Amino acid sequence: MIEAVQKETDIYLSNFAQLERELADEEPAWLRRVRKAAILRYFELGFPTRKQEEWKYTEVRPIARIPFKPAQYELDGLTADKLNQLTFGNLQCPRLVFVNGHYSAELSSLEGLPDPVEVHSLAQVLKEDPDSIEPYLTRYADYENHPFIALNTAFIQDGAFVYIPKGQVLKEPIHLLYFSTAPEEAAVAYPRNLIVLEGNNQAVILESYVGLGERKYFTNLVTEIVAGENAIADHYKLQQESREAFHIATLQVHQDRSSSVRTFNVTLGGALTRNEVNVVLDGEGADCALDGLYLISGRQHVDNHTRLEHAKPHCDSREIYKGILDEKATAVFHGRIVVQPGAQKTDSKQTNNNLLLSDEALINTKPQLEIYANDVKCTHGATIGQLDQDALFYLCSRGIDKATARSLLIYAFASEVVNRIKVESVRVELDKYLFSWLPKGHLVKEAV
Amino acid sequence: MLEIKDLHVKAGDKEILHGINLKVKAGEVHSIMGPNGSGKSTLAQVLAGRESYEVTAGQITYEGKDLLQIAPEDRARLGIFMAFQYPVEIPGVSNTYFLKAALNAIRKERGEEEVDALDFLNLVKEKMELLKIDEKLISRPVNEGFSGGEKKRNEIFQLAVLEPKLAILDETDSGLDIDALKVVAHGVNSLRSKDRAFIVVTHYQRILNYIIPDYVHVLYDGRVVKSGGKQLAIELEKKGYSWLGEETVSAQLVN
Ligand SMILES: Nc1ncnc2c1ncn2[C@@H]1O[C@H](COP(=O)(O)OP(=O)(O)OP(=O)(O)O)[C@@H](O)[C@H]1O
Ligand SMILES: [Mg+2]
Repeated sequence: MIEAVQKETDIYLSNFAQLERELADEEPAWLRRVRKAAILRYFELGFPTRKQEEWKYTEVRPIARIPFKPAQYELDGLTADKLNQLTFGNLQCPRLVFVNGHYSAELSSLEGLPDPVEVHSLAQVLKEDPDSIEPYLTRYADYENHPFIALNTAFIQDGAFVYIPKGQVLKEPIHLLYFSTAPEEAAVAYPRNLIVLEGNNQAVILESYVGLGERKYFTNLVTEIVAGENAIADHYKLQQESREAFHIATLQVHQDRSSSVRTFNVTLGGALTRNEVNVVLDGEGADCALDGLYLISGRQHVDNHTRLEHAKPHCDSREIYKGILDEKATAVFHGRIVVQPGAQKTDSKQTNNNLLLSDEALINTKPQLEIYANDVKCTHGATIGQLDQDALFYLCSRGIDKATARSLLIYAFASEVVNRIKVESVRVELDKYLFSWLPKGHLVKEAV
Repeated sequence: MLEIKDLHVKAGDKEILHGINLKVKAGEVHSIMGPNGSGKSTLAQVLAGRESYEVTAGQITYEGKDLLQIAPEDRARLGIFMAFQYPVEIPGVSNTYFLKAALNAIRKERGEEEVDALDFLNLVKEKMELLKIDEKLISRPVNEGFSGGEKKRNEIFQLAVLEPKLAILDETDSGLDIDALKVVAHGVNSLRSKDRAFIVVTHYQRILNYIIPDYVHVLYDGRVVKSGGKQLAIELEKKGYSWLGEETVSAQLVN
């Protein structure tokens, strides 16, 4: 065993030992146990290699090579005003701000939340009332089989805890904003979010991960959403990390009977991104929409792995992931749909469309159906294409310049999935970003 | 307005147009007729600036400018408009808004102010009535889910809004029933003026009963083999195109 230890694991082991010393006896025994089990599991699994089917097209050695230290809270001149400038920064909604993975009371504002709704930093809950989250925390995302979930679990310290009791209806987002100031020394943060909808209720959750400039850092996050009976959850995640950052994320969704969850995954930043979205439809009549958009260029790499498990009958799922790749960007889409025995009348549709703007961009797309029931409707399709030259010429022949015509077509491609965003304030903000990203975007804005 | 001299055009390895000559003055209506594959669309597309065709020899002058040096969007801004034989569907791009952007680009070139939303709306309404086109179509994405006839009508609607100086209609008549044809022809006729020229590309004489041309040219295998007045169209309708082949061959032998 000891011989098998890879060098890169050493730093995480010593980081872990230090964390344990720091926490001493301040944490609940159950969490300490899970932590230990998780670090052990990580130690056994090690960093994934491309020999593993699930990691065939994504090389994580660049992460393993850097001895990341735990990120520290440091404002580095950050103010609420600066945060307001960011995409989704000016939404008028309750906002939890985390700096380098740590909750910032001074930058957060929880105004406007109805009393029974609980929104706290995880660190605070772990300190003051840890037993209230024991039934949920670490129960959904499976650290046994995933080294990065194991790492995140071993290092759980902070993040958001959101609890929506029965009957509460929240139509505007609760914004979880993670900002990396990324100091000189390469650092890793382990955000851990737990969102529980008790049932018969509704909430909108918006997560964003932002880092400026070209700093190197590592975000390893896990979000768990538990949607109780008849709950409606809209979840958006925006990844806008620095162009040098590593971002490895798991979203684990557990749905009870007749619940409805929509999740939308937007990837714009980062050098290397892996998004895993795992949804378990674990009650009859539940439905989910699983959408994503990746918009990348340079040498960015984005890997979206989704797993949709239909565990009970009469559930619907719709999945659309769209990618726009320029320059030497590379992407992976791997969408798996599993229909368990007995999950009859499953209705599932998955689509992945990619638009390659350069000859050097590369996408690997792989849908995968595993169906163990016989009365189901499952379809999937993937496309890879370039801008339609006929459409470009058509637009130009009417007097529209090439740059605008290109941007119009790119926007049109993206809008099919962006228009699925139900919460208007979120859609408008994302559109705004697209218009600023696209050359001649202001003209596109007028023409769509 | 337009002068084409000895135009040779290749697509891929194949030469499609083998030396076309054509002169169009402002106010005139020219019809270009010819059988399938004779090169009519190639000519129309080259005039609009399609880059997948390679001009290997010859010249095109438009209002004194070397047209071949001008990008498609700039040609449009200088007043050239081609109604496509096969209009393209563009999901996600709204007909109206795209047309407004186009109109404003053209107006800017002419040194005119941009139209505001209200004026544009009125203009659109007026042209919609002219072409008896449904408001629902106009607000949909460009040509998406339109029937063949609706697409053709939409082309002429765009023409009417953009008011070009030189309009090239590539088989706008095919796929239109007689009522739609009359509406389209009426639209075109109402746009005829001494400053505006039309090139009406067609397979059939039928549309020329409604849009009366000043000249008819017959394109056959990449060459203009015959030019004449409007009677030529009627003659072609009666005899078909096949006799032209023989005539060209014998003409070439004589030469
Ligand atoms: N991009 C291209 N590459 C290769 N060949 C082409 C291309 N475009 C046209 N051609 C060929 O050139 C010839 C002329 O085509 P064109 O479309 O100009 O004819 P047309 O007169 O418009 O015919 P129709 O009446 O069917 O519309 C045809 O043989 C066609 O197959
Ligand atoms: Mg043609």
